[in-house]
Amino acid sequence: MSGEQAIFCQGIAKTYGEGESAVKALRGIDFTANFGEIVALVGPSGCGKTTLISIFAAILSRSSGALQLAGVDPDAMTNQDRTLFRREKVGFIFQQFNLVPQISVVENVAIPLFLRGENRSEALDRAEKLLTEVGLHNRAHSRPSKLSGGQQQRVAIARSLIHEPSILVCDEPTSALDGATGQRVMELIREQGRRPDRIVVLVTHDERIYHFADRIAHMDDGLITRIVTSDVELAALKMAAFEKGKIK
Amino acid sequence: MRLIALKMLFGDSAKFYGILLGLTFATLLITQQAAIFVGLMSRTYALIEETPQADLWVTDPTMQFVDDTKPMQVTALDRVRSVTGIEWASPLFKGLLVAKLPNGGRQICDVIGVDDATLIGAPATMLQGKLEDLRKTDAIFIESRGANKQLMQPLTADKNGPKRPMQVGDELELNERRAIIAGIAETRPSFQNVPIIYTTYLRAVGFAPANRRTLSLILVKALPGQDLPELQKRIQTQTGLTAYTPAEFSWKTLDYWMTQTGIPINFGMAIALGFLVGVAIAGQMFYNFTLDNLRYFGAMKAMGATSRQLLNMVAVQGLAAGVLGLGLGLGATALFGLMIPGDRLAFKLTWHLPIISTFAVIVIVLGASGLSMWKVIRLDPKEVFNG
Repeated sequence: MSGEQAIFCQGIAKTYGEGESAVKALRGIDFTANFGEIVALVGPSGCGKTTLISIFAAILSRSSGALQLAGVDPDAMTNQDRTLFRREKVGFIFQQFNLVPQISVVENVAIPLFLRGENRSEALDRAEKLLTEVGLHNRAHSRPSKLSGGQQQRVAIARSLIHEPSILVCDEPTSALDGATGQRVMELIREQGRRPDRIVVLVTHDERIYHFADRIAHMDDGLITRIVTSDVELAALKMAAFEKGKIK
Repeated sequence: MRLIALKMLFGDSAKFYGILLGLTFATLLITQQAAIFVGLMSRTYALIEETPQADLWVTDPTMQFVDDTKPMQVTALDRVRSVTGIEWASPLFKGLLVAKLPNGGRQICDVIGVDDATLIGAPATMLQGKLEDLRKTDAIFIESRGANKQLMQPLTADKNGPKRPMQVGDELELNERRAIIAGIAETRPSFQNVPIIYTTYLRAVGFAPANRRTLSLILVKALPGQDLPELQKRIQTQTGLTAYTPAEFSWKTLDYWMTQTGIPINFGMAIALGFLVGVAIAGQMFYNFTLDNLRYFGAMKAMGATSRQLLNMVAVQGLAAGVLGLGLGLGATALFGLMIPGDRLAFKLTWHLPIISTFAVIVIVLGASGLSMWKVIRLDPKEVFNG
């Protein structure tokens, strides 16, 4: 599976509203990503990152262009089928974790399996195993509010992976965390998330985690302006810092 | 996901208890006020239910309810007896008279005079004395509530000192005439909740101020196999009086109190207030609960929850809150009914009332969860990416 096309998009445009009030959020995105990759979408606020990741997550429909996600066009599906596609194929890591506060950590992790109607005890067993893998087995029956931000994001990572999705979308996964915790969370996403049959798409402002991505797609004004590998990006960042006198 | 939905509801204890309190209080108000209303209204026709021997009640045509005595001439009884198809017809006196008590106090009483020969219309349950004792000189029966409350007697010469219930052998005066208590009966309280005195018809007429018309009501028993509607028509045609079946007379009495007084409006307002409390507290809290959880519903929608699954979750939450609130409210109402003495407060929890309360709670919960469901259906999962 690794190396096969996970995301293919050509000339993707997205316009919100109509007429004079229409806002062009995406203005012709050409982008391809393969299974096994970690890709970061970066750029200033309002550049279209959230719109693009929403399209990659089959949450939002494009206005025009061609799109294939794991070999299928989600816009050719009915709403119900798109929902089922997300349930089966997409994993989500949110900026604000979005863990349900009234239920236990292990139940939060098992939600994608509950949505699929899987047996409750089997789902909880799998969730506990995954919590062990993210180092939170001893907190399985705690409420999310009893956990630190980093721990909560680890729970969210476990939740995003429990149904073994083909596409893992991460929306600013470290923005609510301090630097060190963010690094550990990204290490976990790389360790647990990277699979030959999975693409990880990451939206971030955080330059400190760029190196976790294989490729970095820079966006501006609804377009991908350049795509670079992370070592090139890091070199560029170091050069910029050197020029500003931050490093010698 | 239903279990998750329930845990979400029970886990938000502040809102859950708020919703529960609102629904419980609404159920309590609606059911309790309705039960008091039904209890009060059922007292208006208590005399009819206490006299099950009669197949028909014959009255003056202008009579509006059982206490609206429009006395007839005594000859009316003979006219009714002459109608074919009647096994027997008995006179009944009913009137409010002032009783002078041994301590000099005065108390208005509902005096019922029953047929001297057959004692038809006399109370069915005697706590002290026998039915035949009513034939003794100047004999009257009083009912136990009056004996133990309004007609209490001072134990000493001090009128304000300790008192004892009125008992067999005690005397009182009705319109300057001596009446001796020969028995204590148990009857349902009347709407006015004044002491009820039973005596014979002729003695009751003697107690009452002189009047040419003294016959309040005529109780009729039809011959076996008689067609009651036909008999009613014959009585009406031949005597000019009106004959009601007990059910018709009860409904006529009830209808008077329902349409000619403000009682239904007063209770209706209290019941409506209970409903509004439910809507305002429980409905709004439930809606706020959903709003608070909208981001989690949104996350679930993004993760592949169908609208049906989410609506199911909201419905389960609404149903759980509704069932618990309704159960607690009905339990509290029943407890209230058990704790309040029946003679003090009219309270009748009929099987209809929980159904009405259930319907009200369903409306409240459906309204609140309907709004919540609308919010969940319209939820755009893309919003979860907006931080």
